[in-house]
Amino acid sequence: MKDIRYVFNVEKDDFVRAGETSSKIKKILRELGIDSSIIRKISIAAYEAEMNIVIHSLGGQILLDISPGVIRITASDRGPGIADVELAMKEGYSTATDQVREMGFGAGMGLPNMKKCSDRFCVTSSEGKGTYIVIEVDLKAGE
Amino acid sequence: MLVRNAGDKIGLKLLAGKAGIDKEMTGVYICDLLSWVMAHGSKGDVWITVQTHANIIAVATLLELSCIIVADGAEVEEDTLRKADEEGVALYQSTESAYEIAKKLYKMGIE
Repeated sequence: MKDIRYVFNVEKDDFVRAGETSSKIKKILRELGIDSSIIRKISIAAYEAEMNIVIHSLGGQILLDISPGVIRITASDRGPGIADVELAMKEGYSTATDQVREMGFGAGMGLPNMKKCSDRFCVTSSEGKGTYIVIEVDLKAGE
Repeated sequence: MLVRNAGDKIGLKLLAGKAGIDKEMTGVYICDLLSWVMAHGSKGDVWITVQTHANIIAVATLLELSCIIVADGAEVEEDTLRKADEEGVALYQSTESAYEIAKKLYKMGIE
C-alpha cells in the first residue's frame, strides 16, 4: 500500500457539520478494505479529535495518513491551547461551557477516548498557540 | 429483529431516515453524553436519548447503530431530520421514557 494523505479542515462552533470529517475518514478506510475493528478505533478517535476542534478551538485541521502497517490521524488547531494537558487527560475533566454540555458534549472523555483507541498517542499543547494530537493505529499483518 | 418491525410493534413514530429501517437491532444503549456513547455503544445497538441535535446522526453513523429513538417526546431539530435522511439513519420519537422503551425492546427479545 502506498502512502496516502487526506486533509480536512474543521471549523469552530460548526455543530451541524461536526462529525462529517470522521464520517469521511470512515468511508475512505472502508473503501480500502481495512478491518472493521480498526475502522471503529480510528472513527472514535477521529470523532473525538474533530469535536475537540469544534468545541474548544479557533478551528483547525485533521490529517489522515495511510501508510503500510499504520494509520495516523493528526489533529492540529490554531489555539487557544490546553493549560494543563495532564489534567485534560483525566476522565471527567472538561472546560466545556454549560451550553455545550447540554448538547451532550463536554463529558471529559475526548482525550481519554482517543488514547484508548490508539496504539500510540501523543498530545502537545501550548497556551496561545494551539494543540497538536497524533493518533496511530497499527494495521494487522497483511493489510 | 429488524428496526421496522420493532418500530411498528411498540408504536414509535418514524421522523426521518426511512432508508435505515431494514437494519438489524442487536442491543440497546441509553445515554445522553455523546462521548460515552462513542466509547460504549456497539454496532447494531438501538440508541435511546433525549439529545436531538444533528450530531447524534454522526454518532449513529460512525458506530453503525441500528437506529435512534428520541425519548420523552423531545422535539427534534430540522437539521437532524435532514441528516438522518442523508445518512439513512432511522430516527424515531416516543412519548415514553427511555426505561419504558427499553422494557418493551427487552420483551421483544432484544436482551
